[in-house]
Amino acid sequence: MARRATPEVNAGSMADIAFLLLIFFLVTTTIEKDKGIARQLPPNEPANDEQVVIKQKNLFIVNVNKNDQLLVEDDLMDVKDLRQAAIEFLDNGGAPAGSPLYCSYCRGKRSPSSSDNPDKAVISVQNDRLTSYKMYITVQNELVAAYNFLRDRESQRLYGWKFTEVKKAMDEGSFKGNEIDTQEKLENIQKLYPLKLSEAQPKKQGQ
Amino acid sequence: MSKFTKKKSSELPAVNTASLPDIVFMLLFFFMVVTVLRDNDLLVKNILPKADQVEKLKKDRSIYIYAGKPSLRYQEKYGTEGKIQIGDKYTDVTNIKFALTELRAKLRPELQDKVMVALKVDENTNTGLVSDIKQELRELNMLKIIYITTPGNEIEN
Repeated sequence: MARRATPEVNAGSMADIAFLLLIFFLVTTTIEKDKGIARQLPPNEPANDEQVVIKQKNLFIVNVNKNDQLLVEDDLMDVKDLRQAAIEFLDNGGAPAGSPLYCSYCRGKRSPSSSDNPDKAVISVQNDRLTSYKMYITVQNELVAAYNFLRDRESQRLYGWKFTEVKKAMDEGSFKGNEIDTQEKLENIQKLYPLKLSEAQPKKQGQ
Repeated sequence: MSKFTKKKSSELPAVNTASLPDIVFMLLFFFMVVTVLRDNDLLVKNILPKADQVEKLKKDRSIYIYAGKPSLRYQEKYGTEGKIQIGDKYTDVTNIKFALTELRAKLRPELQDKVMVALKVDENTNTGLVSDIKQELRELNMLKIIYITTPGNEIEN
């Protein structure tokens, strides 16, 4: 018996159907690429009795008022100068050579009236409640940028790569090479310039 | 007629479209995979501030909090004061804890204690509202936060 060929299904409209679906997904797609500035909040502990004393010279006070003006160490400052000022403060290394606090890798002015070493240096940001969020983020961004600049410089010197680039690659899982070893190196760099940003409770005067 | 003489036709041969469905399907699958259907409507204005020193958000362990002025169509009803939105409804500052605990319970169990709170706050909000949220988060012991921003730099432009 002759086998009758089964008639082929007409696939001509396949493309149309696929296009329809494609357009639906094209329209509904929002490729979310949420990125932002990560922060660790201080734990909510009852007020401690023992006061931690931070020397005035190790404290870099950034004050933002309700009109989004910046007061840095009692001087009015423009936001675009903040990064440089923070870098100078952190990298100062004012402790004299020979003292246990001496910072061998700092390249700052070594002024005795500014921070002893990056480990001691604390940046304190004070906001008014009416400060705009935009300004707040800009200030945070500049301060993180100052840290990143210094960390990049040190990792370039010690290991020949940039801290921020390698950290990004590690976070995204696209890093090629010895991850454990590199993680250790990243932590070393972080230890050289630990992120010490303190935030005071905003003042209520604006309300 | 010889077998090897070329057939001469005056018409142009049609372009073969047989592989078109394959190409389209490939695109389709790409978009199907990357698509995230928006799960909550924005009730607040949400223009994020710009920053460039950013880290990527790990989506599987994050909870979103939106804040800002109510969107235009809700302004008649809710006014123009900054408001907080969690999930798809407005939330009062005092109610944040409850809403967040509820959201956290929806995450995968092994990630629940690594939870990260993503703050999507409009750039024209007062910092006071943000610090209220942060205070609540501290009391809840959700200490990892991330301020979601858009790429760019506020100073340069």
